[in-house]
Amino acid sequence: MSKKQRKNPLSLKLDRRNFLKGSALGLAASALPLENADASFIEAFFQKHFREMNKKEIQEVLNRLEKEYSEQYKKHVTVKATKAMPGVQFGYGLDLSRCIGCRRCVYACIGENNQSRDPQIPWIQVLSFRKGDKWTDLEEADKYYNPATVPEPEHWYMPVQCQQCRHPACTRACPTQATWKEPDGIVVVDYNWCIGCRYCMAACPYGARHFNWGEPHIPDDELNPVTHYLGNRPRYKGVVEKCTFCIQRTREGRYPACVEICPVGARKFGNLLDPSSEIRYCIENKRVFRLKEELNTQPKFYYFYAT
Amino acid sequence: MIRNFFKAMKQILIGDRNYYLWIAFLSFFVIAGMAAYAEQIHDGLIVTAMRDPVSWGLYISNFTYLVGVAAAAVVLVVPAYIYNFKAIKEITLLGEMLAVTAVILCILFVMVDMGHPERLWHLLPFVGAMNFPSSLLAWDVIVLSGYLFINATIVLYVLYKLSLGKEYNLQFIKPLIILSIPWAVGIHTVTAFLYNGLPSRPFWNASILAPRFLASAFCSGPALMLILFQIIRKVSRIEVKDKAIFKIAELIAYAMCINLFLEIAELFKEFYSGTVDVASIQYLYFGLKGNNGLVPWIWWATILNVIALILFLNPKTRENMLTLNAGCVFIIIGIYIEKGMGLVIPGFVPGTLGEIYNYSPTHIEILITVGIWAFGALLYTLMLKFAIPIYTGQLRFSSTKKTDGEKTSSVDLEPIAE
Amino acid sequence: MDSEAALAQSPQVQEHKIPKYITPPPPFSEGIFPCSDCHKDLKPNPKRRKLELMHTDIHLKHAGGEQWCLDCHDLNNRDKLHLINGKLIDFEEVYYLCGQCHGTIFRDWKAGVHGKRTGEWNGKKVYRLCTNCHNPHQPHFKPLKPKRPPERPSDIK
Repeated sequence: MSKKQRKNPLSLKLDRRNFLKGSALGLAASALPLENADASFIEAFFQKHFREMNKKEIQEVLNRLEKEYSEQYKKHVTVKATKAMPGVQFGYGLDLSRCIGCRRCVYACIGENNQSRDPQIPWIQVLSFRKGDKWTDLEEADKYYNPATVPEPEHWYMPVQCQQCRHPACTRACPTQATWKEPDGIVVVDYNWCIGCRYCMAACPYGARHFNWGEPHIPDDELNPVTHYLGNRPRYKGVVEKCTFCIQRTREGRYPACVEICPVGARKFGNLLDPSSEIRYCIENKRVFRLKEELNTQPKFYYFYAT
Repeated sequence: MIRNFFKAMKQILIGDRNYYLWIAFLSFFVIAGMAAYAEQIHDGLIVTAMRDPVSWGLYISNFTYLVGVAAAAVVLVVPAYIYNFKAIKEITLLGEMLAVTAVILCILFVMVDMGHPERLWHLLPFVGAMNFPSSLLAWDVIVLSGYLFINATIVLYVLYKLSLGKEYNLQFIKPLIILSIPWAVGIHTVTAFLYNGLPSRPFWNASILAPRFLASAFCSGPALMLILFQIIRKVSRIEVKDKAIFKIAELIAYAMCINLFLEIAELFKEFYSGTVDVASIQYLYFGLKGNNGLVPWIWWATILNVIALILFLNPKTRENMLTLNAGCVFIIIGIYIEKGMGLVIPGFVPGTLGEIYNYSPTHIEILITVGIWAFGALLYTLMLKFAIPIYTGQLRFSSTKKTDGEKTSSVDLEPIAE
Repeated sequence: MDSEAALAQSPQVQEHKIPKYITPPPPFSEGIFPCSDCHKDLKPNPKRRKLELMHTDIHLKHAGGEQWCLDCHDLNNRDKLHLINGKLIDFEEVYYLCGQCHGTIFRDWKAGVHGKRTGEWNGKKVYRLCTNCHNPHQPHFKPLKPKRPPERPSDIK
């Protein structure tokens, strides 16, 4: 990451690593069973905040994680930390007039982003509404519909995932800056920095943040080995996770998994700063709205009706 | 100095059978709580009933309640001065010690709620990456630590002076005491803002929240103090005049009036405007779509609060020890429900996407909660055991003669956790 | 894709701003194309009728049942489709044909807003032909079996 200093009015020039090694090692040594703790646990414990690390330190961490994950899942796992492209603000469009509520996106996302299968942690929640019912309070919504076929008569569907707000309530709430907005507008979590206080979950108006209540479990053969540090690398027990617009794909120029799987083409994605992008076309030519606009979170996730 | 400290520490070991039984009783729950916590550390927070729609529960409810206790324990110093109670110093000291205990319990409740407690250092400024000033949780960490520091300093200074057989200089710590009073208001305000500052949760996003927090804190904190005073004056030589106790009860009545008034104001606003945001308060008071787990609790809490108000408003019942204590117990329970589960859970129900998840704590959560409360009672008991002999002059360090330990209080701080 | 370069060059494509990367071929049934294999020996019969010898699997449910095969398929050159003005087009250019009635959809499709796309948001985008997703004889999507609902939080143990 850039050597940008975090905006911290209390910022002090302090080599955190050395300070900690001096002061906390004694504490840690008494608290941790050092003789049988492997070195990587200690390394992880003293790992710096992602945005405070220089290139070399990040590479060390990535190497360590690749080794850990490869051993854990018995296959070669890569962990990248591809940076944001300049001049990009990702935006997302979802065509409510097309979505049929088939949940293909939910499971494509789980497969791509290595969510825990047990307990299950879907990042996309598809809500079903009866046509004509009020929906602003979302209280009439049903997340657990299970008919033989979709779309059901008299129903419409609204998938909700992280809205990648311009004014995210979650990053403001996080007491440790473990979640932040990247230059390309993606809100990410550093799973090695999150303390699991869940204040961001209380703050998020979209139910987009999910907590690893138990040990996440992914079958070895289902693990997607192409991962990003801030995205789909396997998570830990006791940390928060969320949709990252498939950061591991979109930073390479590819579409998110949910966009590519959607059988009805209801999902649109692109660069808001590029006038010729399809997301700009949606905003300029369709009637778009954003969820809970009154909260002024200013999502970059636009719902629209193509018809 | 250090030798003196150990001499005072010895006090902890001296006591009669009741004292040992009390300590054993508390220790049992502390150990049970630690065992439950070990299980939670091993399996993760999945052993609790918290899930994504309701991501905070019993732990944070207790945290919120205890911030109120911590704040109110100190604010009691104000009437002590205004009304010139005879036991100003006692009330100050006992209040400060209760505040210290309550803040420590707050910290413990936050710790057991964390997914990664070993990463607590990430919260620290400079060393970690404290998100100051934007995160209210960062503010809360700062004000609570500051509060702990201020009160611990006062308590330690007073005891140190007394142990040397010197009258402590109230003038000397007055600035700290005076600072601790607005600070006490501050910790509860910041804790209220922590909820209040979330537009995603309409139930909490009410301007009235901080005043309600303070009003209810000035009911439950002093009510707890009143019971403690009576126990302490029974088992030690510390004197607290009846007049002071009745006066505090009267003040509780005023605080309860304000608390109930604010509650009515909130109910009016929600139900009369009848927007979609009424759902949470509907869930709390009347149930939502057949989900009414919290309904009996909040109504009992309200009834207990009203009964206590009547008892405390009427001088006859206020000045009768039996009805006075009944009122105190009612208030402690009533506010515990209202400002604990009754505040935290409806914020999450219905969830931000309309999901209704009925949260009800697991036995692990209850064991850990009881364990922390038992730890608090233990801590306060030991503090008293340590402090009272010094305070009443039974223990002096100028001479090497040992003194007899006094019987110590048995302070029941157990909440009723179902 | 060999036709890609040629496609990009044609003036019509440039005028229409037709996207460059498409995934032909159109989804013909097994062994059905080229149509001329059978039709070259058959006398063209323009009469509107119920087909009983061949193509019995085709049920026209398009435009309220007012349609007839030869509205799109060419009477004399079965390997082509024809536009209203009589111009013949390949099956790979079916969007011109559909776009005659579905102009707004055609416009959205060209912008990448109607229909599914894969590939790269800032590079090579892979489009589908209208007929890759819609059966032209019955364009309305068939209902799907939904994937299973998420676990309820109360069931997560």
